[in-house]
Amino acid sequence: MHITQGQFSFLPPLTEAEIRAQVDYAISKGWAVAIEWTDDPHPRNVYWSMWGPPMFEIRDGAAVTFELEACRKANPDSYIKINAFDNTRGVESTVMSFIVNRPAHEPGFGLTRQEADGRNIRYTTRPYSTERPGR
Amino acid sequence: MTLKFHADQTEAQMGMQTEGRITDIKERYKGGVLKYKQMGYWRPDYAPKDTDFICVFRITPQEGVDTEEAAAAVAGESSTATWTVVWTDMLTAHEDYQAKAYRIDPVPGTGPGTDKEAQYFAYIAYDIILFEEGSIANVTASLIGNVFSFKPLKAARLEDIRIPVAYVKTFKGPPTGIIVERERLDKYGRPLLGATMKPKLGLSGKNYGRVVYEGLTGGLDFTKDDENINSQPFMHWRDRFLFCMEAVNKAQANSGEIKGHYLNITAATMEDMYERAEMAKALGSNIIMVDLIIGWTAIQSISNWARKNDMILHMHRAGHGTYTRQKNHGVSFRVIAKWLRLAGVDHLHAGTAVGKLEGDPMTVQGYYNVCRDSVTRQDFSRGLFFDQDWADLRKVMPVASGGIHAGQMHQLLHLFGDDVVLQFGGGTIGHPGGIQAGATANRVGIEAMVKARNEGRDILNEGPDILRAAAKWCKPLEQALETWKDVSFNYNSTDTPDFVATPTASN
Repeated sequence: MHITQGQFSFLPPLTEAEIRAQVDYAISKGWAVAIEWTDDPHPRNVYWSMWGPPMFEIRDGAAVTFELEACRKANPDSYIKINAFDNTRGVESTVMSFIVNRPAHEPGFGLTRQEADGRNIRYTTRPYSTERPGR
Repeated sequence: MTLKFHADQTEAQMGMQTEGRITDIKERYKGGVLKYKQMGYWRPDYAPKDTDFICVFRITPQEGVDTEEAAAAVAGESSTATWTVVWTDMLTAHEDYQAKAYRIDPVPGTGPGTDKEAQYFAYIAYDIILFEEGSIANVTASLIGNVFSFKPLKAARLEDIRIPVAYVKTFKGPPTGIIVERERLDKYGRPLLGATMKPKLGLSGKNYGRVVYEGLTGGLDFTKDDENINSQPFMHWRDRFLFCMEAVNKAQANSGEIKGHYLNITAATMEDMYERAEMAKALGSNIIMVDLIIGWTAIQSISNWARKNDMILHMHRAGHGTYTRQKNHGVSFRVIAKWLRLAGVDHLHAGTAVGKLEGDPMTVQGYYNVCRDSVTRQDFSRGLFFDQDWADLRKVMPVASGGIHAGQMHQLLHLFGDDVVLQFGGGTIGHPGGIQAGATANRVGIEAMVKARNEGRDILNEGPDILRAAAKWCKPLEQALETWKDVSFNYNSTDTPDFVATPTASN
């Protein structure tokens, strides 16, 4: 299983230099950069844990690299993503998001089907990771 | 007031009016027939108010019809006038109800010395009192009502419209909008990818769902019903919905990504459409779809439903080509796009520029601006005649669909940026390695291109190299590039902006 959330999940894993290039692009646009991590990448898990608040008005991508390293050290077997945030009126939302760290083994998801009225089926996407949380 | 005074003074100097506006009440309301100009629909001195609607019509007057009279007739027939003088006008503040043609520009490249008969851009202002709040049906009944069949004109086309902010605020606009759609889908910083299911007709529900599943699992964000998939004998709508949602949920679990399939709920009656929408909601679909041909009232109704039910609303512009394509007659798509943003749709097919369907690149970019801007700026090169303030109305996600393939990824990203759904139907399903391979080729292509752009590379020129480099490790992309390498649709567009870049006077 290889979850494909984010901008670049179909590409080979980004190198440190490639991550830095994306961060620099965000900084050049004046966007805030944030690092988030989780062990439960359910597609509806909106709120991953924040690795500190978003970094506003940074001028140097080195700050992000530093924080990313620290986050990786603390959560080596987790999903980590980098987000960029644009506070322009009318946007005021995330404008970049890409995964920069994955667990060695990605447990993936199961699909539970509950038969309902008629031929209707109610679906639940169940993350295998929550069967053994904290791994 | 100053303007009115000036006009009266001029007429006094000129004496009896035969051609211009008649301001003497007794003369103006004698029984009989007057020219539209005489009735006051040609007002070259009029300065439009911020609260006025402004329309620019491209008109082709019949032979012998005076241009100003033709413009005045358009103003008259799209507002209060009838063919003869009626005294009942005097029971109203009739001058406010009269639309006012105030400016006429010859269309460059038409008229004497060219091979085209003379055309003119007629600017007409309408007071806001003429329109019911929040009703596109009402706006269209006036602006593209009787006037388009009016005999003194050979042809007329509504080229653009400036909608006053006060009127914009009477609409709720897109039920979801680009920002919320992305937040719901958890997809940022790249175009979304879709595919229309093919063959568009004949697949059973189960086979159809298979195509959906393969496309989504291969890497697409969305798949799509085609415009004419409703509930035919080969696949009733409930069967389609059930199998498609199985496919969507299974692909979601396989990828850990949110996926969707535009369930087309277009049907014979509003009641049928609500029934289908409710079923889509019960099955957990995040998006439904309607065709433009359902009409303005139905669009606004289903938009309200979508807003109440957290549903993304996809609009397929089926039928628009019957009135948007020919330059001399009809309604420009930029006007349709403006009305649809007000009426409230989340996705709108707005052209590809490089694909199989009509669309001059600059003109198409103009449509995209209308969908996505906070304030659309006047830009004649893109066919935009006016500044348009959208008053923070949510933004519509444009959809590029029709004859596009992975080999054009750099052009598409360059032309349209991130906020667009790129839909590769044949370009996914027709892949020699299968549907999943087709989807993967497109996803790898777009991710590689976005990454390269962000790294500062000149994608328009280096695009083919960037794709070839990714194809070295991605077999499906290699096959896609090989299969469609020579496919392009280089035909002349019928709908291009007519403008002459004129230097602005310094004083």
